[in-house]
Amino acid sequence: MLEFLLRRILQAILVLFVMTVLVFFGVNVIGNPVYIFASSECNQACIDEIIVNLGLDQPIWRQYLTFLGNLFQGDLGRSFTHGVPAMSLILERFPATLELAIAALVLALGIGLPLGIYAGLKPDSPISKLIMGFSMISFSVPIFWIGLIFILIFSVRLGWLPSIGRGDLVSVFGLFEVSFLTWDGLRHLLMPAFTLSLIMMAMVIRLTRAGMREVLHADYIKFARANGIHERRVIGVHVLKNILIPIVTVLGMEFGGVIAFAVVTESIFSWPGVGKMLIDAIAVLDRPLIVAYLIFVVVMFVAINLLVDILYSVLDPRVRLGGNVS
Amino acid sequence: MSDTALSGPRKPSRWAAFSAAFFGVPSAAIAFVVFVSMCLAALLAPWIAPQNPYDLGAVSILDNLLEPGEQSFSGMTHWLGTDGQGRDMLSAMLYGLRISLLVGILSGVIALAVGTLVGLIAAFRGGWVDALLMRIVDLQLSFPTILVALILLVILGRGVDKIIFALVVVQWAYFARTVRGVALIENSRDYVEAARGLRFGAWRILFLHVLPNCLPTMLVVATIQMAQAISLEATLSFLGIGLPPTRPSLGLLIANGFDYLQSGRWWISVLPGLVLLVLIVSVNVLGDRMRDVLNPHLKR
Amino acid sequence: MKRKVSIALVAAVTMALTPAYAEQVLTIGVRSEAASLDPHWTQLSADLQVQEHIFEHLVDLDSASQTVPGLAVSWEPIDETTWEFKLREGVTWHDGEPFNADDVVFSFDRLRAGIDGAPASPAFQLEKGSKTWEKIDDYTVHIMTDGPYPTVAEDLAMLPIVAEHATAGKTASVDFNSGEAAIGTGPFMFEEYSPGNRVTVVRNENYWGDQSAWDRVVFRPVGEESARLAALLNGDVDIIDYPPTVDLPQLEADPDFTVSTVSADRLIYMIPSYRHVEEFVTDVEGNPLMPNPLRDWRVRKALSLAIDREAIRDRIMGGASLPTGNIVPPGFFGYVDEIEADPYDPDQAQALLAEAGYPDGFMITIQGPNDRYINDARIVEAVAQFWTRIGVVTEVDTMPRNIFFSELIRGGDLTFPGFDDPKFSMALTGWGTVAGEATYTVSGILESYNAATGGGNGNFGRYSNHDVDARSILAKRTIDRNARLELLEEATKIAMEDYALIPLHFQVNKWAMKSSLEHTPRTNERTLAWEVRPVE
Repeated sequence: MLEFLLRRILQAILVLFVMTVLVFFGVNVIGNPVYIFASSECNQACIDEIIVNLGLDQPIWRQYLTFLGNLFQGDLGRSFTHGVPAMSLILERFPATLELAIAALVLALGIGLPLGIYAGLKPDSPISKLIMGFSMISFSVPIFWIGLIFILIFSVRLGWLPSIGRGDLVSVFGLFEVSFLTWDGLRHLLMPAFTLSLIMMAMVIRLTRAGMREVLHADYIKFARANGIHERRVIGVHVLKNILIPIVTVLGMEFGGVIAFAVVTESIFSWPGVGKMLIDAIAVLDRPLIVAYLIFVVVMFVAINLLVDILYSVLDPRVRLGGNVS
Repeated sequence: MSDTALSGPRKPSRWAAFSAAFFGVPSAAIAFVVFVSMCLAALLAPWIAPQNPYDLGAVSILDNLLEPGEQSFSGMTHWLGTDGQGRDMLSAMLYGLRISLLVGILSGVIALAVGTLVGLIAAFRGGWVDALLMRIVDLQLSFPTILVALILLVILGRGVDKIIFALVVVQWAYFARTVRGVALIENSRDYVEAARGLRFGAWRILFLHVLPNCLPTMLVVATIQMAQAISLEATLSFLGIGLPPTRPSLGLLIANGFDYLQSGRWWISVLPGLVLLVLIVSVNVLGDRMRDVLNPHLKR
Repeated sequence: MKRKVSIALVAAVTMALTPAYAEQVLTIGVRSEAASLDPHWTQLSADLQVQEHIFEHLVDLDSASQTVPGLAVSWEPIDETTWEFKLREGVTWHDGEPFNADDVVFSFDRLRAGIDGAPASPAFQLEKGSKTWEKIDDYTVHIMTDGPYPTVAEDLAMLPIVAEHATAGKTASVDFNSGEAAIGTGPFMFEEYSPGNRVTVVRNENYWGDQSAWDRVVFRPVGEESARLAALLNGDVDIIDYPPTVDLPQLEADPDFTVSTVSADRLIYMIPSYRHVEEFVTDVEGNPLMPNPLRDWRVRKALSLAIDREAIRDRIMGGASLPTGNIVPPGFFGYVDEIEADPYDPDQAQALLAEAGYPDGFMITIQGPNDRYINDARIVEAVAQFWTRIGVVTEVDTMPRNIFFSELIRGGDLTFPGFDDPKFSMALTGWGTVAGEATYTVSGILESYNAATGGGNGNFGRYSNHDVDARSILAKRTIDRNARLELLEEATKIAMEDYALIPLHFQVNKWAMKSSLEHTPRTNERTLAWEVRPVE
């Protein structure tokens, strides 16, 4: 067990190291940020000064070593444009993304689960066909397009919902701030969260329906029914319990993807999360911020994977022997 | 796409059975017709489009923002209107469809080839090669596709070749993992054992025996991946980091048109959006159906 | 941000109980976010327009970009190389400390010393004319230059003054964004900076100048232009900058909204490149052309005559552009009356091409940005349409500004030294005459490139004309306004008759707001709260 753990952790560290190289060199060969900041009156001397100020006069390998050295001290560098440590910018904005992603998750489950159960119980009813059609469309529709259409309908034409930004915030236990507890915040959250939830919702509907149909034919359900247990209880307790496991597993795995797709949603709805920050950083070539965001994401995913691996190995000893989770 | 299924390795009657099962569901039949006609329209765009939208000499900004059905200065009727640069929307959409399909299919095919090769090697070599390749696959799959593609394109710049490359990078791992799984199962089958007994070369067994049996599964994955690739390309182009704006795909047409949406020029954004939606839905329906018929156990 | 809610609560309660007083809040939807509140950090106008609510300069620019007294009440040259600035007395910083000459000296020293990590401090304004400074008494400062130097006041209008007591020992940018060092003399005081979401400033009750109508001003960044308009339409914000040009006709007709308009200081133009062989200029078969046809002024004139600038204005810019043949906008020092925008004349253009030896035209690629200027990519495409129609088959290559500008200026990346030539053969770009007068525009885009003197630092086509150079260099040393004006006008006329570059138009900037507001727009594109008022 210990050996397995060590091996996984070493692998994770290796992956992290490789990613820092790829990300750092990848981002540092594109464009040239100097000319974004230089005003039109800035002459060569002034441009040279900017180059020195941004640390771009150093050879790229030395820039990388500096970066790596700082990384070991938990410092991801300083944003060109904001002039503040990149990590603090990310941490400042990550809660907004997290809130959006969780809200999308809740919507996907809250809407997808009942629809999927219905479609699984009555697979041949026209409403079920409609539900499956809806799931097929929401799985297929590019979320940027649907986001734009939502803005057009609900903000511009009907004027029901605000189209930009995050609403009023309240602090929870003084630890972090959330917007879904205020009316204004909820109104701001609804459209971006719904847009972001569509793909997940489609998945939940499909998984639930498939799971329902499988489980309904299972012996123990037939047995429960035969024993005269109330239908509602059969579905509410026995069936649901069994189909929830794969759904939760898949959603857990997809959650990272949702955070990534938030890049699109956030730029449409001007949601002040890390995804919007990344797009803005790319536009002005704020290299340290781009690199920091990517490293942050890589660490997050590597950590999640490591955790999942370890959990699996604890739950299922066979994995340890095979050493291969796929 | 379905031609490949024709040349399946088994008896020809299997095709008849397959097609009967496949088209037994009306939605699949409709999706098939829609998809094939879209491919045809894209293929024949240079001949059926009323205008060559890439020929700047033929497009005039004096004809811009015409409503569907309006006539231009030169007396040409634009059945679906024109965009902000005066391009005929019908023509622009046909050419855009062409690019979206090209990107989707080409990236799918290349990713399929690369993934298949990697998957077969992993399955056949086993040992540390397998372990290493599958770790890479795991790593690749653990990152969200959009993020990987986004970063690649930021580094590479814009262009059809670049977006295809980025899409291949994010797709190959799906194929590799699937093919490896199927190949491992096939590997232990009797016919492979028999072929080994006859001392056929490993590669010969691989390509003549194992590969054909992986095809149905790969076809399913390829179809689903193609829908994703088309959607991803549109999204990236919308974010301004996919294709160059001079040769717009459907995604870019939507992005360009959104600027005009609020002033009531809905056709510039909504029409290509609908075409894109219909395209992706039809591909997804085909993929779903194919999975149900060919390989009911494959997880999405 | 907790404060934010309690304020909202208090406001709600107050409104419910005592409807007599309603706080006047102005919410501005801006295209890009202020990244830093340190006024010495960047030159990005998104940053500057927020900073200008908090910090001031010795010299202000009025809405037409002409100099007016700011923290200095007056200035004059006392000899060939010395300007004397008299400072405003009785001004206090937001924390109550008095403002005096020490703060001015501190600010300039801070800039000259260099600010660690700053991507683009305005320090280069101090290097122009090799300025030095000296405190004479608490309210007098002398600025010395290395020779006669006419535009000291214009330069100082770009140099914000920070408080010595609040800034010394603080970390650049970081402590400004947190509010700790964001202490200025301006009409508004820092309240909250929430990255990506909003910047809030509140009224400075002790401001020395006129008070605006607003108790609180909120800047909200909305990058996507349609989303910005949507935010205005559904009432999220009160006023937006850069409304989408395609929606202008509807907005202007809508009684619920008002649009303010001003011709901006920004020239949009095509830069031809003057090397002997150009990568992106070929004959119709695609072979390199020698010599580069763009070196022939008849070809450049033909290209200019082929462009229908009015069609671009009406069809693409929603009416919001001012077709021109000049390089600075009307009303600016150095504008030449008799230079008019070229008419649309494709026939004469074709005749000129034939005369220059290209009866069958040639092939060219225009490069341009697609996220920098209003409708930039669309303009490039329209120009390509016009040129293709006279036989110059034109390709279009537009790219994000982060790539465009590095290649426009240097051609390659820093990591590959040696590629320091501009890369493009024909590019669309813009030039803002920020100082409100033409000296540095003529020098920047018409004078020959000279890295040592800074001449022609915006001359990316490497146009070179001795007659222009002589006048431009002399103008930079001429303090007498009339003599300088004459030199600038001559230089402009010589260069424009030669089609050194092909001007298209000046941007016309628009703001859209609720009809209950009125706005005095600025030529320098900034949105300032005190220039927005409720309609009486």
